Amino acid sequence: MSQRLLEIHNLSIEYHAEDAIVYAVNGLDVSLDYGETLGLVGETGAGKTTTALSSMRLLPDGIGKVSSGTILLDGVDVMKCSDAKIREMRGNVVSMISQDPMTSLNPVMTVGDQILEVLRIHNKGLSKAELNLAVDAMMEMVGIPAYRKNEYPHQFSGGMKQRIVIAIALVCEPKLILADEPTTALDVTIQAQMLAMISELKKRLNTAMILITHDLGVVAQTCEKVAVMYAGEIIEQGTAATIFEGRYWHPYTRGLFGAIPKLDEESDRLEAIDGLMPDPTEKMVGCRFAARCKSRGSHCGQAQSMWEVEPGHLIRCCLFDVERGNAQ
Amino acid sequence: MITTQEQSVAKPLIEVKGLKKYFKTPKGMLHAVDNVNFCIRRGTTLGVVGESGCGKTTLGRIILRLLDVTAGEVLFNGENILNYNNKQMHEMRPRMQLIFQDPYSSVDPRKSVEEIISEPLKIYKACKNANEYQEQVNMLMSTVGLAERYAQSYPHELDGGRRQRIGIARALALNPDFLVCDEPVSALDVSIQAQILNLLMDLQQKEGLAYMFITHDLSVVKHISHEIAVMYLGQCIEYSATKELFNSPMHPYTQGLLAAVPIPSLTGKKMSQQLMMGELSSPIEPKPGCRFAPRCPKVRDCCKGQDIPLIEIAEGHFVACTLFS
Repeated sequence: MSQRLLEIHNLSIEYHAEDAIVYAVNGLDVSLDYGETLGLVGETGAGKTTTALSSMRLLPDGIGKVSSGTILLDGVDVMKCSDAKIREMRGNVVSMISQDPMTSLNPVMTVGDQILEVLRIHNKGLSKAELNLAVDAMMEMVGIPAYRKNEYPHQFSGGMKQRIVIAIALVCEPKLILADEPTTALDVTIQAQMLAMISELKKRLNTAMILITHDLGVVAQTCEKVAVMYAGEIIEQGTAATIFEGRYWHPYTRGLFGAIPKLDEESDRLEAIDGLMPDPTEKMVGCRFAARCKSRGSHCGQAQSMWEVEPGHLIRCCLFDVERGNAQ
Repeated sequence: MITTQEQSVAKPLIEVKGLKKYFKTPKGMLHAVDNVNFCIRRGTTLGVVGESGCGKTTLGRIILRLLDVTAGEVLFNGENILNYNNKQMHEMRPRMQLIFQDPYSSVDPRKSVEEIISEPLKIYKACKNANEYQEQVNMLMSTVGLAERYAQSYPHELDGGRRQRIGIARALALNPDFLVCDEPVSALDVSIQAQILNLLMDLQQKEGLAYMFITHDLSVVKHISHEIAVMYLGQCIEYSATKELFNSPMHPYTQGLLAAVPIPSLTGKKMSQQLMMGELSSPIEPKPGCRFAPRCPKVRDCCKGQDIPLIEIAEGHFVACTLFS
């Protein structure tokens, strides 16, 4: 059995704030093969970004802490390896596309230099001319004419800036891209261009991607696998086909679909999910969604495990408890 | 609910004619809103859609006279409010209110929920004594679904959805007829977004409010609007009833916009099929002609050089495109 690109096992992350401990991620298991695309869906505060940051060991120092679990990235234990090793991996093996293109670039450095910087750090043997050629090629690849490389970020529009960010992330041809809401700050027409470009480049470079988003539409258009997060847990995981066209859903996933206004259907009223996400400073046993759940039952107070409702489709909900025989 | 027939005879509550707003910039005049016309009837919603920079927010602000116009008329119940003096405008304000985009920055962090909601009531001396104010605030809070126990809380103690409810309660405090909702749900998560959209629709049914709903989200606008105006670089390029617009979008920009929305199902069309290329051109001193022409897949010679008028191609369906003239 060949090794997988990313294996996260039983990961728990805490943030130590001044007067409270925030339990951001609780016992998360996820894995990804080479070249695969996983959509990580969930609302604000679900722990999506925290999960991504931890797999690059970029949690804020002194505040964010991995309290348990292991992260294996390309065979390397991210939590235990040396600082030099993880620095070498960032940008080269794993890189990140952040949400806001307006603030993720250095305003006093030309965009060409910002792409060059990454390339130079990871390719010490290349000559200046070779590096410059690679930068030009990368800029053309993301659809920006190479002659603009001496311009500064403020001279570009939001969509163009995001192209630069993508160029920086891809220039060393990493094995994994963590795209954290890469299109949320962009207009729909630009978003469509960007997603098409990311998918195409991903195919060309055979890169795996974790796409973090709150938009189920974006996931449907780009991802092969989907994981739905709620309050620090993955509550449902499966292929895009089982999530978007299957027969079983976690009550929260079902709620999410109900809450989106549909472009292709008529509906009078949206089925909102009542209530709010639970307070992340409280340690909880049992289902975290129970308080908002319409199918709440007597077993929801106990620790929930993942049930395989069909091959490759896992749901963390006692409705699907096979042993009790009340699978739907 | 007002029936369609009643609607068609009813006089429009808001009528906007030839509205223009230009901003002076070092590089020349920026045409933020350029010759926009529409009307909104009582109890209905006009959705205004477009990408960032197309002038949606500016349009909302000039209708409420938060910005001065360059040219045009805004008729409220048949009267041009742009000619009002400050005193007349002060009397007018309670009837037209605004819900802001960002619930985090649009409420005063140093005031409690109760103080925020009662502020408009106090400015307009709407109640006689403290008890009445209290009652009014409690009523507003229950209308928008805020539990009474939050009355003494400060905004930072509440989440985005609840803060947006405060903003809505404040906008409703003086019983307005008309609300400009400027992206009221775009900062919220989908499950909360649905709660707020349902609330706005319930309020409209109960109180007969008219909304101008500004958003970039097509699925939201489809859900809430009766009529839709699509804007591009300051101009209204298509204007029609919601159903008609979504069933038969005519302008190439509207078609591209609809095709670009990712649909949460696998059977839906893949968006790469009809990808709109390019980005918005500059709104500063635009040349005459169709402003979408540089990105348009169906561009022809006659698209440039002269302004394209908005013409009616079916009943109530207006398009500004040379393909139809």
